[in-house]
Amino acid sequence: MSSRFRVPAAAFGLLPFAVYVLLFLGLPTLIAVGTGFVGNDGAFTLDTVAALTDPVVLAAFGSSIGLSALTAVIGAIVGALVCYALLGAPPEGPLRSTIDSLSSVLAQFGGVMLAFAFIATIGIQGMVTVLLRDTFGVDIYADGVWLYELPGLVLPYVYFQVPLMVITFMPALVSLKTTWAEANATLGGSSRSYWLRIALPVLAPSFLGSLLLLFANAFSSYATAAALTSQGSQIVPLQIRSALTSETMLGRENLAGALALGMILVMTVVMAGYSLLQSRAARWQR
Amino acid sequence: MTEEPLPTTRTLAATIAATAIVALTLTGCSGAADASGTGTAVDASTATSISAFGDLAALEAAAIDEGALNVIALPRDWANYGAVLDLFAEKYPEITITEAAPDGSSAEEIQAAQNLAGQDTAPDVFDLGLAVALANTDQFAPYQVATWSDIPDALKEESGLYVGDYGGYMAVGYDPDTVPAPKSLADLLGAEYKGKVAINGDPTQAGAAFAAVGMAAVQNDGSVDDFQTGIDFFGDLNAAGNFVKIDPTPATIASGETPVVFDWDYLNVGYGTQLEGERNWEVVVFPGTGYAGYYNQAINVDAPHPAAARLWQEFLYTDDAQNLWLAGGARPARADAMAAEGTIDADLFDALPAVPDTTVVPTGAQSEAAATLLGEKWAAAVQ
Repeated sequence: MSSRFRVPAAAFGLLPFAVYVLLFLGLPTLIAVGTGFVGNDGAFTLDTVAALTDPVVLAAFGSSIGLSALTAVIGAIVGALVCYALLGAPPEGPLRSTIDSLSSVLAQFGGVMLAFAFIATIGIQGMVTVLLRDTFGVDIYADGVWLYELPGLVLPYVYFQVPLMVITFMPALVSLKTTWAEANATLGGSSRSYWLRIALPVLAPSFLGSLLLLFANAFSSYATAAALTSQGSQIVPLQIRSALTSETMLGRENLAGALALGMILVMTVVMAGYSLLQSRAARWQR
Repeated sequence: MTEEPLPTTRTLAATIAATAIVALTLTGCSGAADASGTGTAVDASTATSISAFGDLAALEAAAIDEGALNVIALPRDWANYGAVLDLFAEKYPEITITEAAPDGSSAEEIQAAQNLAGQDTAPDVFDLGLAVALANTDQFAPYQVATWSDIPDALKEESGLYVGDYGGYMAVGYDPDTVPAPKSLADLLGAEYKGKVAINGDPTQAGAAFAAVGMAAVQNDGSVDDFQTGIDFFGDLNAAGNFVKIDPTPATIASGETPVVFDWDYLNVGYGTQLEGERNWEVVVFPGTGYAGYYNQAINVDAPHPAAARLWQEFLYTDDAQNLWLAGGARPARADAMAAEGTIDADLFDALPAVPDTTVVPTGAQSEAAATLLGEKWAAAVQ
């Protein structure tokens, strides 16, 4: 009797969070999915969702996925190397704690601030650009100004992807137990067999999980891109903005819902993969 | 779950309160019309011209009785709007002007009117690009200002649902210390302009950028029926590495990031005035075919202050207000009639960039076709 009541009592503490999730995640998702199926006249229609196959929209999804995948891979590899290098430093030492806290801050340093930082350093009249041009005779924009285009987003995205990788991947590396290396050595294994047979298989789910998280992080980023690129709405979040606020192409508000629906689908797949990999990785991290 | 019903109740209460206020205001204003001696109760919200009130004094009395005017999306540095708002406030100190969302887009003005319908914070009047005006005529109350006949027919909807007020030509502003003066559109493809040419926004989103492509189309052997040649021009500009995809602002001009800017001539002239002492800024309207665009005034059909809205409209078409557009570098809708009467500020009028040989303004259907084409082709052309 009593044990049956204890569970709901504990769950009651989660109620504020549950309400929060419902109001700010569940409801918007429902509305986004809903508007994707409603036409301008308010009636049910599949036209808006069919507009997702429009070449411009498909190209935006392609660019979004490409950009997210590229920056996730770069961020994951660079971040993992940083983590590996950090293993050599004492866990409670100043270097580890500095990089830990720096990563936590930089992983969240996005949006307009980050865009401005890049404009000020490598914009057309940025400090570094001017220095390279006037002092070393190197014009990084000789073939056109790429910072305000899709390729220009790679640098700012990598800027917040690497620290995020450090935060998420470091615990996995730390959980590699020295006893495993000792066991490997005792049984006559080499360093090579340790990495190939033990460390990499144990780390793989964590690494892939972090990679997916980085992908999701880039895929849903909006403000940095909005502040840097004004032309073409090349990624999906910018397409959504365009559908909502355009003064030249009117009556496309419902397309924004359909685009959000497409993004939710991609994110669902990614997040399902992430939780699957995390549950596999978890048993090594106890 | 307890949180959910609360906002609903509050919204409901607010709606009831707002409805009550509107009802009171309406009663108040018809009472004022009575008092002003016209003898009949005037419902300001259905008045289609000043004759419904009797004379200007009666309209002023009704508006003063309402005591408030809500305007939306009027940037104070856009075509001299700051001075226009100040002059109205000086002339009618009894009417409190509430300026909402100064940097909003035309589309957002209509959204605000729909979201706030029935509340006393809803916008009374709109200032709209043509495409948005054409698509939302249901939202407007017809009204013809006293100087209606001075306004060219091409600029107004015949029943007065919307009226062109001020406008200008799509022009190119440039920093003469950084780049040579462009004499034609094709000049901008030259190597001197590498990484230097910007347009004000994305043409699939912003009216001014849309007009930049339209201007490029008519200058590039195309027409307003077909924007393709304009899209091609910007494609070439991009391929040459000259197109810089950053939204120009006075700040980007001051820092030298956007030394060449496609924008309305009055906005380009405004940048020059703002940056005086910091940057030299010249404005050129290319000879040949010019692309003109006017912004339109309209009254919200659900205006919470219908008499004040109509008084604002009358005020905008007075000689004083029209000359203020001119001071901001824009061309007032009544310019020709005022020139004939001699009431125009001749110095300012003569100082406007020379008018091209022919001028085109796209119709609603042409705008719509161009917007569709841009939606399909623009992103790919400038990638």
